[in-house]
Amino acid sequence: MQDRNSDTNKSINLNSIRKNIDFSSFTSALMAILLGLIFGFFVMLFAMPANALAGFRYIALGGFSRLGDVFYFATPILMTGLSVGFAFKMGLFNIGASGQYTMGMFFALMAGFMLDLPNGLHWIVAVLAGMVGGLIWGFIPGFFKALLNVNEVITSIMFNYIGMYLVDMWVRGSSTMYNSTITRTNYIPQSAQIPSLGFTGTNVNYGIVLAILIGILLYIILQKTTFGYELKATGYNKHAAEYAGMRGKTNIIITMMIAGALSGLGGAFAILAPSGIPGSSMTYEPVNIIAANGFNGIAVALLGNSHPIGIIFSALFISHLQRGGTLTTLVGYKPEIIDVVIAIIIYFSAFAMIMNAAIGRFIKKRIKKEHTDIIEDIKEEIDNIEASNNNSKEAE
Amino acid sequence: MEKYIIEMINITKVFPGIIANDNITLRLRKGEIHALLGENGAGKSTLMSVLFGLYQPDGGEIRKNGQVVHINNPNDANDLGIGMVHQHFKLVEIFTVLENIILGVEPNKMGFIQKKEAREKVLELSEKYGLKIDPDARIEDITVGMQQRVEILKMLYRDNEILIFDEPTAVLTPQEINELLQTMREFANEGKSILFITHKLNEIMAVADRCTVLRKGKLIGTVDIKDTTKEELSRMMVGRDVSFKVEKKEKKPEDVVLSVRNLSVPSKTHKKDAVKNVSFDIRRGEIVCIAGIDGNGQTELVGAITGLEKSSSGSIILNGKDITKAPIRKRSIEGISHIPEDRHKHGLVLDYKLEENLVLQRYWQPEFQNKGFIKFNAVRKYAEKLIDKFDIRSGQGPITIARSMSGGNQQKAIIAREIDKKHDLLVAVQPTRGLDVGAIEYVHKQLVETRDAGKGVLLVSFELDEVMDVSDRILVMYEGEIVGDLDPNKITVEELGLYMSGAKRDRVKEINDAG
Repeated sequence: MQDRNSDTNKSINLNSIRKNIDFSSFTSALMAILLGLIFGFFVMLFAMPANALAGFRYIALGGFSRLGDVFYFATPILMTGLSVGFAFKMGLFNIGASGQYTMGMFFALMAGFMLDLPNGLHWIVAVLAGMVGGLIWGFIPGFFKALLNVNEVITSIMFNYIGMYLVDMWVRGSSTMYNSTITRTNYIPQSAQIPSLGFTGTNVNYGIVLAILIGILLYIILQKTTFGYELKATGYNKHAAEYAGMRGKTNIIITMMIAGALSGLGGAFAILAPSGIPGSSMTYEPVNIIAANGFNGIAVALLGNSHPIGIIFSALFISHLQRGGTLTTLVGYKPEIIDVVIAIIIYFSAFAMIMNAAIGRFIKKRIKKEHTDIIEDIKEEIDNIEASNNNSKEAE
Repeated sequence: MEKYIIEMINITKVFPGIIANDNITLRLRKGEIHALLGENGAGKSTLMSVLFGLYQPDGGEIRKNGQVVHINNPNDANDLGIGMVHQHFKLVEIFTVLENIILGVEPNKMGFIQKKEAREKVLELSEKYGLKIDPDARIEDITVGMQQRVEILKMLYRDNEILIFDEPTAVLTPQEINELLQTMREFANEGKSILFITHKLNEIMAVADRCTVLRKGKLIGTVDIKDTTKEELSRMMVGRDVSFKVEKKEKKPEDVVLSVRNLSVPSKTHKKDAVKNVSFDIRRGEIVCIAGIDGNGQTELVGAITGLEKSSSGSIILNGKDITKAPIRKRSIEGISHIPEDRHKHGLVLDYKLEENLVLQRYWQPEFQNKGFIKFNAVRKYAEKLIDKFDIRSGQGPITIARSMSGGNQQKAIIAREIDKKHDLLVAVQPTRGLDVGAIEYVHKQLVETRDAGKGVLLVSFELDEVMDVSDRILVMYEGEIVGDLDPNKITVEELGLYMSGAKRDRVKEINDAG
């Protein structure tokens, strides 16, 4: 009797775990990472068999020795990841994170160079300016989508280019910002830089703290507010959302504005960060290349299953791989190899659904076994009862 | 020892938390129409999905001609000659009829599709069985009835000899139903074996040879149709006596709640208006039924009233307020409740929990939100109240994902939500579509209760029985116009059919204030 109760409890637990969507997307992300790492290892083995183990060690563990930089480099892709993931919750594919990110950088630079504000206020204004820049660049595709039903993918791709060329043109044309001897902008004044967190030997700053807080804030918006409720309902079934009287068009515009603002913040966090790595921040180099961090955001959002909390971890993870990856050059690998490995991991996260089902089947098999055990038990008991009934009847 | 073409022996299928099929045995004779009867959630669809290879049984075996077979996927089923017309059609909307029929078995030479060959075979089949289709029309442009004929032709094209029909009549007009039943009879006479899932007893009595009844996942029995009655079947299915007659008192119409004047609504498929210059009134305390064959403008009319579609001219007045151009939310606040035609497309967010769906129309009200934050405790309490009051059954109560609920209970959830919401006018479009006898009885009772509570009810239905039994007044729509304003107590079904087919029409004079 006691045994059976514990069995039932166990099966219920397994069930609730299987039903819990967050858990299954978490496990599938883990599976994706694991399989991705294994395949990544094979790629490294193929590229340079002798040093594969050493190189792989760097990829997997190298980041831990440079945690500050992992956080530092995670900040921009965390923000673009949140941007893509948030829009995706509403069924919008914001492929324009790059353009919004670049606009954010430009607005932040403008605020950094053009305004003369006291320490402690200047960088906040610059960050907010970056947010506004991205917001504008997100608003435009959202506006076209809502009012003219133009696919947001097309507009936002075009706005990646428009944004990038505009910013490069404006930067070159600005005598205050652009320094033609170093073919890039001057370094932004100290007062516009985001305060460092103060860990010596690293570049980590308040940007990552803000980014994580924003991630948590987005989680709360999505889960707890009427706006989040409407947004997800529209993403799941826009017909039902319309039927329920939700303002679909307004919500599309607001969502794209928020997504743009998030990317813009990413740009601001990146460019305003105080950094010891030359050229990695505080200055903008107009080279007519679309910012890679925008596209990395898509990968981050995919791996994080568009869940804000998941995105925080996936951004840190990808940054960790990238940091470790740069170390593989020490054993003779080209830095591109790490991009290949990351690409493979993302590729596998596309299989997440299949893996979900596989894991589900595995747990179900266990439940079934328990289930049949229970049925067997019950049958036995019924037999016993019947037997004893018969006995007592006979006794009468 | 009788010969069976298909035997499903002791099939058991367990889903987490529920035994969908508990030790069920079903034997199909060659050349018979075998009905499978049961309420929603009785396990009919699961059993058929097992036969069609969509699910693997947890126990039991399937035999064909006495040989044990393993059906791991629909392709295996197809190889064994088993074909299925699903309740929700599995067609590619943007493909043509012909392309859909040959999909997956395209005749080809070196990878190039031989459409000519296919077309000949399809046309031949279509002619032979009187299944009228236009092979070059796109699925999205044709009626539901024709889509179903496409599904049937798909099975015939694949030379299937065991045909499963999953609630095929749920979406058809009375005329189409008759045609379908005749076609099924023809198939059986030719030696094809048919499994006919339905909960419409009249249809079973009309065509089936035998009937297997399921209830709550258990086998109740298999009976010969000639030895049974409708009443006995319904008792087997529901477990109690069911009244087929809708109980209702005399109507007591009060003041006008909705008045529609000279309304025209453009069509989405063609250039003409789908609704042409329509005027009518609905009063509190009456059920007005829009009867008509599918595609005569009912959907567009309801769309214009509920706000899902834009009207091109005319006016809609609700409680004295002009709502012709009002947004949907405003109409909802002003007192329109809407049970939509397509519960999956409009009625529910299937990936949301039941409780989230139950507040779909009300989440923004102060009762459920505070400064933009949803009060989840209030939502849960409200959901529990509705679940209890309207007897909505689901695996995990309020937190059940709507997608995992049975069709009948999904519909109950929508009805609960719309009826419990403050309203003066209930617009119900095919509210009993795809539901079983017990659930239909329930829905009709709710409609009558709503009426008796002094609210107006606008019912759109394609089921003649429903039109005759439930409504207090019938407006017949034909080609976008109202061609009759009829009293159900004074006309016959045949007469109504004449109006619906356009053979007869009244000049509906002025506005029918007489009621």
